[in-house]
Amino acid sequence: MKCPAEMVVYMHEYLDEEISAEHEKELRAHLQNCEECQIHFHELKKTIALVQSTSHIQAPENFTANVMAKLPKEKRKVGVQRWFRHHPILTAASLFLVLMMGSVVSSWDQDHQLSVSKQPNLVVENDKVIVPEGEVVKGDVVVKNGDLEIQGEIDGNVTVINGQQYMASAGNVTGEIEEVDAIFEWLWYHIKKAAKDAVNVFESGETDKEK
Amino acid sequence: METIVKKRIKQVLKGDQDAYAEVVEIYKDKVFQICYRMLGNRHEAEDIAQEAFLRAYVNIASFNIDLKFSTWLYRIATNLCIDRIRKKKPDYYLDAEVAGTDGLNMYSQIASDARLPEEDVESLELQETIQREISKLPEKYRSVIVLKYIEELSLNEISETLDLPLGTVKTRIHRGREALRNQLRYV
Repeated sequence: MKCPAEMVVYMHEYLDEEISAEHEKELRAHLQNCEECQIHFHELKKTIALVQSTSHIQAPENFTANVMAKLPKEKRKVGVQRWFRHHPILTAASLFLVLMMGSVVSSWDQDHQLSVSKQPNLVVENDKVIVPEGEVVKGDVVVKNGDLEIQGEIDGNVTVINGQQYMASAGNVTGEIEEVDAIFEWLWYHIKKAAKDAVNVFESGETDKEK
Repeated sequence: METIVKKRIKQVLKGDQDAYAEVVEIYKDKVFQICYRMLGNRHEAEDIAQEAFLRAYVNIASFNIDLKFSTWLYRIATNLCIDRIRKKKPDYYLDAEVAGTDGLNMYSQIASDARLPEEDVESLELQETIQREISKLPEKYRSVIVLKYIEELSLNEISETLDLPLGTVKTRIHRGREALRNQLRYV
């Protein structure tokens, strides 16, 4: 018996799950009567099952690592960005440090002008403040960013920030002498100030609330 | 999964190479499988699969993020496989006897290091027979059959992957199935 040629086409339509109801009916009717086509259809289905049965093999070990090793080098900038993303706490800490240092350095820079407490008989020469011989300076003397040379007499405390004080043999200070010249001490002094300011903010906030 | 992949691709586009490792991890088996079934040889398959990922990485900027990444990747892989098949074709045929051996043909030279520890020998042989028959198909039928029955893509996806009209894909699948049926009917 010669089978209609379209039967094989219908079989493939069936296997592609695209067969129309009409064609499917035709195909089924034909398969019931035609052993040859039955075998053909069965073989096709078996073939598919066999192909599908080929066990799913896996990529070799280290496949990903090998691929990654072959990729062109990435830009450095990205590596840094990724480091930041993977270490958020360190990033926050370093950011804090950077800002902190920035403000410290900038205020350190700003403060680099010589300033001195105002007593009429102090003499200022370049970066040096001189208590002239024979003079008596009344009150506390504060010198910032400069040296203090005491040839005369100071009736009070002496504070030298970021500088040095030289005492001549005839010099005399009645109060205490304090030198603040290391950056760490200066930093400590600033931190104390900042802490005090912060406390003040909170306290004023609370008093605002109370009002 | 596509959303994860898209996210990683966006990171790759920004230049983050490590994000690509995850993409490779997700698709390595699929791509390797395509290459293995197309080429019938693990060493070549590994070679081409790596090349496919490399090409995808280098050309990632040309990937349209609105499309499916797998389709694009599989296209690169199948094209590379087809190129490789065409290139090596004049060199030797699998059926050809190896010079200086008695009745040994190239089939016996194919590395059969597929790791199937729990499979028994019989099924291993069947697997090899099937793979051999797939390898014998002309590459235009081979690619559609591999994508359809091993990667389980839909006809539309195959048409997109291979950049072929749907009708052509169907015809090739039909012919591929018939060719395989002729070879595998007595297995």
